[in-house]
Order: sequence, then structure tokens, then C-alpha cells
Amino acid sequence: MLLREPIRVKTFAHGVHPPEHKQATERKPVERMALAPELVILLSQHIGAPAVAAVDKKQQVARGELIASAGGFVSVPMHAPATGVVAKIDLAPAASGAMTPAVFLKTDPEADQTIPDPGELRDIDALGPSEIVEAVQETGMVGLGGAAFPTHVKMAVPKGKTIDTVIANGCECEPYLTTDHRLMLEQHADLFRGIRMALKATGAERAIIAVEANKPDAVETLRAATPGDLPIEVAVVKTKYPQGAEKVLIKALLGREVPSGGLPSDVSCACFNVATLAQLGYLVPRRQGLIERIVTVTGPGVERPGNYVIPIGTRLRFVLEQVGCGDAARLVILGGPMMGPAVSSLDVPVTKGVSGILVLTEAEVAVRQRETYPCIKCGQCVQACPLYLNPSLLGALARKGEYQAMEEKFHLNDCFECGCCAYVCPSSIPLVQHFRMAKAMNRKRKKGK
Amino acid sequence: MQEPLPIELLTSPHLKHPVATDVIMRHVAYALMPVAAFSVFAFGTSALLLLLVATASCVLAEHLICRLSDAPSTVRDWSAVVTGMLLALTLPPSFPLWMAAVGGAISIALGKALFGSLGFNIFNPALVGRAFLQAAFPAAIATWTPAFAHGRFTQLIPTTLTAPFLRPPGVAEFISNAAVDGFSGATPLALLKYERVSTETLKLLTGMTAGSAGETSAILIALCGIYLIARKMMDWRIPAAILGTVFLVSLALYVHDPSGYPSPGFMLCSGGLMLGAVFMATDMVTSPTTPLGVWIFGGLIGLITLLIRLKGGLPEGVMYAILIGNAVTPIIENLTQPRVYGTPKVTAKKWHWGQ
Repeated sequence: MLLREPIRVKTFAHGVHPPEHKQATERKPVERMALAPELVILLSQHIGAPAVAAVDKKQQVARGELIASAGGFVSVPMHAPATGVVAKIDLAPAASGAMTPAVFLKTDPEADQTIPDPGELRDIDALGPSEIVEAVQETGMVGLGGAAFPTHVKMAVPKGKTIDTVIANGCECEPYLTTDHRLMLEQHADLFRGIRMALKATGAERAIIAVEANKPDAVETLRAATPGDLPIEVAVVKTKYPQGAEKVLIKALLGREVPSGGLPSDVSCACFNVATLAQLGYLVPRRQGLIERIVTVTGPGVERPGNYVIPIGTRLRFVLEQVGCGDAARLVILGGPMMGPAVSSLDVPVTKGVSGILVLTEAEVAVRQRETYPCIKCGQCVQACPLYLNPSLLGALARKGEYQAMEEKFHLNDCFECGCCAYVCPSSIPLVQHFRMAKAMNRKRKKGK
Repeated sequence: MQEPLPIELLTSPHLKHPVATDVIMRHVAYALMPVAAFSVFAFGTSALLLLLVATASCVLAEHLICRLSDAPSTVRDWSAVVTGMLLALTLPPSFPLWMAAVGGAISIALGKALFGSLGFNIFNPALVGRAFLQAAFPAAIATWTPAFAHGRFTQLIPTTLTAPFLRPPGVAEFISNAAVDGFSGATPLALLKYERVSTETLKLLTGMTAGSAGETSAILIALCGIYLIARKMMDWRIPAAILGTVFLVSLALYVHDPSGYPSPGFMLCSGGLMLGAVFMATDMVTSPTTPLGVWIFGGLIGLITLLIRLKGGLPEGVMYAILIGNAVTPIIENLTQPRVYGTPKVTAKKWHWGQ
């Protein structure tokens, strides 16, 4: 065991390598952001059934207290991110632009905003698999990488399936984002505790932490800190987008392909973001809920970029005031630049799935608005698609409105909109937009039947 | 931040690779510049005029067709410039200018606009123009003059300024005046085919032979191609497949019967093979997009070129080989779609034609 393993960098075929833009924040330790005077906690900030409000107007709540309970198994509860009073329960703008129900919380400037001491920590080793799943749901945890899928659902192994490998995804392949990087450096003890729980809940034999090669300090830290009793491998993967996409990462690490339309559990894997696992490692022993998260606030439009702990429900307007944001801002993106949606209003609050707030200026927006040419069949998109789809062909079909053929013959629904095809397209064809529209039209058609 | 920020709403991805279609086309034109410059150096003012006229004709045709169809002019995408330059480089330097102008207009009109302009054409426009010229003016397109003729910069080849619709004058006198040793008025491939005389590979590499304006220096063309490949603006697999096929098959034939077949080096460096493989077959619009398809496409072009050269009636076959390759590109693409992630592997049993 004294022999050093040869350095093997795992990767997948295809993909792209956009400029990383991580230098502005990758060396900045996580710091806490001030508390906004009003917080807006959306009741549906995860995939699945919305949470059900458990508080009334004018009700006093303490920081960490339950304010909404899970609306089913595929749902999570919400906790108060600050001590204060419920102003109202009303509609608020979500990132999609839709108005959705939310709890409006007026924070109490007098309160000391500390969470009561949990006393003796819960011994996670004493918990059984189903108890862990239950405890995870109680924290309100969702996938913090951006997908916001309730974590406990992934931890509960479906009947008839076994999990042999837990993958802790620390790739952070999206440009600009550095939250996972900082977290792996600063919170590795929590991460290992989270992995311990995931291993137990899923019954997996081993865990792999996947880190892109552009974070050698994180790899070193994790390798040095790995507890001896845990079967954990820290795997270095090539810096390439979308290395951190679940299906792509599973193929890169294990050579397994998740079947079309299937889940990682179909190939005996469970994949969690490192931030998700680290937060669980912190919250579950303390019996606390998820009330804040680390967000990379960055981009050319931000004066003081950094990695900030931001309470869930803080409006973007307040965040941008705190970090300084001049008039140059033109595009505000939640998450990374490749997959993150741009918001239409700064009243949109930070939700559990927001890993980054990226502010782009006129210069970056102008590049996107260059002239569109017809497809010259250069094949760049075919060589970029990590799932081996043919975006050029799908784009041509979308132009003709052949949405049904796209789905039935050319695997449209396997596309997870990573954006590689549109990124490389020299003719600037908005391929991903075409595919989103085609998917929406197909959903509409099926509904109509 | 009292005023609301004028933020915009755009869909992801929000980053864009900086290389746009017009940039690619412009770089192809840049990469053709050294080839064009060498042809002017080797063949003189006539080659320069040929390049200018063919390019101008293509650009003008593109502009006029856009005007006629009430569409914004697409001249700025540089693709017409590339077509014009490529057409000129495949023509004999002595080619009458008015015929080159007709060829340029046909390239754009029949080769491109008729199919729906950039991105929709089936065949390489420059080769459509050349095929037209070969059918329309078989004599003029087979009239060769020597490279490095004396006084090539001060006098034109007599055929260059032929008036439209008149028979071009003979070039025999020009050739004898040019006094190049041992020039027989034929290209290396024609010499081989009709007189069974081989030309040294070194001469072919450096372009010291007769031939079309831009085809003579194989090494220069290869270097220009390497520039485009290094800038990731060209698919290296296509020239690799074509040249590899030609090399391997002609090597096998040569080893089998050295007196009956030309050497592989001669095959690689003669005629339009290098120009065709590097700049014509790699035309993105008319070549397959699938990884396997690209290799099949290149291999097919290499084989057909050899077949025409060795067994056909013409001394050179690159043009028709590429046009045939273009024609079967949609079929190749259909049959070589890559297996999508997470879908079952296609096995021989599951494969049914027509389903």
C-alpha cells in the first residue's frame, strides 16, 4: 500500500472546454453574507411536490424552525432561514419567471440569529438505512449542484436494485463556479460524514469522490483527510465540460452507461453533489434543516466576487447590493453559464439549488448576439455532444417542426441541455433553445391526447 | 441601486466559442493565399488574372442572386471567395478568362444557390463549376503550359484574353518561346497515362511541373492544410483517409507490379489529389458529420480517384471522385449515426434494411 498509484485521469469522449473563469473566486474562503430585511422562501424550490406552509401570517418564527412540511415522499420541508415574523404567504417570482407560492419572512433586526445549541450530537453510526433516509428528508436537503432533486429519494434504494458505488460529485465543471472547490477544502470533515451516511443508507461497498484536475489542492486535501475506515477513492477526472453531469461522470469513472430514460440506480450507482453530502454531514447530527447555502457570486459585472453563505430566500437584488454591481450588468444567471437560467427579475430569491449568481455585462452578451448563419454541417456539435446525439440533425428537424420525429427516432429526450452543441456551433444556431421548445411541444401534444 | 437594472433574458448556454462561420471561411481563404501566390509565381500574370476573375465572378454571382431573391447579401460570409479561389486553382493557368467567369457564375448559381445557398448544397460548388467547364470547354481545360516560363510576368499566355465565344488561339508558339527544357505540353498524370512517362516525386512535391494553377506544389498545399487543422477549422480525418487510401492501395499495386503501376509517392503528389483532399473534400457542407462516416467518405474518394486514374479514360479523377463522394454523403451519414449513450448496441441480428 506504500506504492503510489499511477496518476490516472479519467474522462469521457466528446464535450467541450470553455474558459474556466474560476480565478476570481477559487482562492477566496467562504464568508457569510448579511441578512436581508425580508426573505422569500419559495414553497416549490425542488423537483417534486411543493412543500405545504405550516405557519400563518404574523406568526413569530425562530431561525431553523420548520415553516413548511414536505408535501409527499418526493418533497422536502422548509425551515426558517432567520428569526422574524411571517409577513404574508403570497405569490413570488421564481427563476423560471412563473409566480409561485412563497412564505415572506420579515427578519427581526433585534434577534441574535443564532441557532439554539443542539446539545449532544446525534450519533450517525447508530442510525439504520431507513432512519438515515428519514433524517435526510427532515433536513429538507435537495441536490445542491443545481438539479434540486430531493436527496432522500436518491438515498432510498428502489426495490429490486442494489447500489455498489456512491459517487460524490466534486467536478464542478461549470465555468465561474467555485463553491464545491472551497467546500472540499474547508468542510471535508462534514463531507466524509455525509459519505458515511450515504454508504450506509444505500448499502454501497465503496465511494468515489470525483474532482476535476483543475483543483489539485482539493484532491490533495481530500486524500490526506480520508478516514482510514472508509472505502473512499479520490478520483481525478479531466477538466472538461460536462464532466460533472451524472450520466457522463458514471461513464467516465466506471465505464457504465445509464440506460436511456433510466436512473443511476439502474447501473448500481448513487450520485450526490459534494455540497449536498457535506451539508448533510453537518446538519443531520445537529438535527437542523437546510436554511442557507454557499453561492459563488461572480462575473465581470460584480465588484466583490466571492463565495458567500447566503440564507435561502435572499432576493438577488439584495445579494447584488452587497457585492456591488454597477450599471454594466446585463444578464443575471442562476448557476453556471452553460446551463444556468437567466432571470427576468431581481426579485427572484436564492433557492436551495442555486450554486452561483453570475452577472455578465454588455461585452459577454454581445458575443452571443452575433449573426446566425445556416448550418454548414461542420459536425462540431456531433463531436461535442457527450451523449452522442446528432444536434445538427435535431436542429434541422426542429426548424421544420418535426418534433415527434425528434423524440421517437433521434432520442431528443436523452438531451439534458448541457449546451455543448450551442457553445461550439460556428453558425450560432440556438440549438438548446430549439430542443427545449421541441420538448415543450411534445409535452403539450401528449397532454392534449 | 435605486433604478431597475436593464437586464436581459436569454437562454443558456451563455458562453459561445469564438469561432464563427465567417471566421472559418475567412481562414480557409487565408490558407489558400500561399497556394495562390505560388501559382502566380509559377505561371505568371495569367494565373493572377484567372484567380481574380473567378473569385470576382463568384462574389458577384452570390451578390446578384441574393438581390434577385430579395434576401440580404451573403457575400460577407466569405464562402463565395473560397469557392472562387478553389475554382481558379483547379483550372489550367492558360484558361481563357471569360470561361473562368462563366465557371464562377455556374459554381454559385448551379452549385449553391439552386440548392438553397450556404449549408444546403449537395456538391462542392467549385467542383460543380469545374465539371461544367470540363464538359463545355474540353479543349481549353486540357491545354497545359509550362511552369516557370520565361517572361511569364510580362506577357500573358495567348489564350488568357480570348474573346467570349471565340476559339482560343494555339499555345504551341508560346511554349516554344518559353523554352522550357523537355516540356511536352502535358501534365505528369497525362504523361503517365498516354506516354507511360513518370515524373520525379520531388518535382511534384515542390511544384516544378505543369498542371492546374494551384495543384502543382503538393508540399505547400499540405502545409496550408496543416495550418487549418492546427486552428481546428478543418477535419484532419478526411485528407488522412483519402491520402491514406491512395497511398496504401497504390503501394500494394506498386509492390505487386512495379513496372505496370506508378509509385505511391507519385500518386500522392500528382494532379489535383492534394488540393482536392485538403481543400475540396473537406468542405464541411458536403462531407459527412459522423465520425465513422468521415473515414468511409475519405476512403471512397481515394478508391474512386485511383480507379479513374488507373482504369478510366481520363488522366485525373479527383474531381469526379469528390463529386461522387458528395452525392453519397447523405447515405453514409444515415448509415453511420453513432450509438446514443444508454441505448442498446445495434447488432447484426437487429439490422434490417428498409426499416
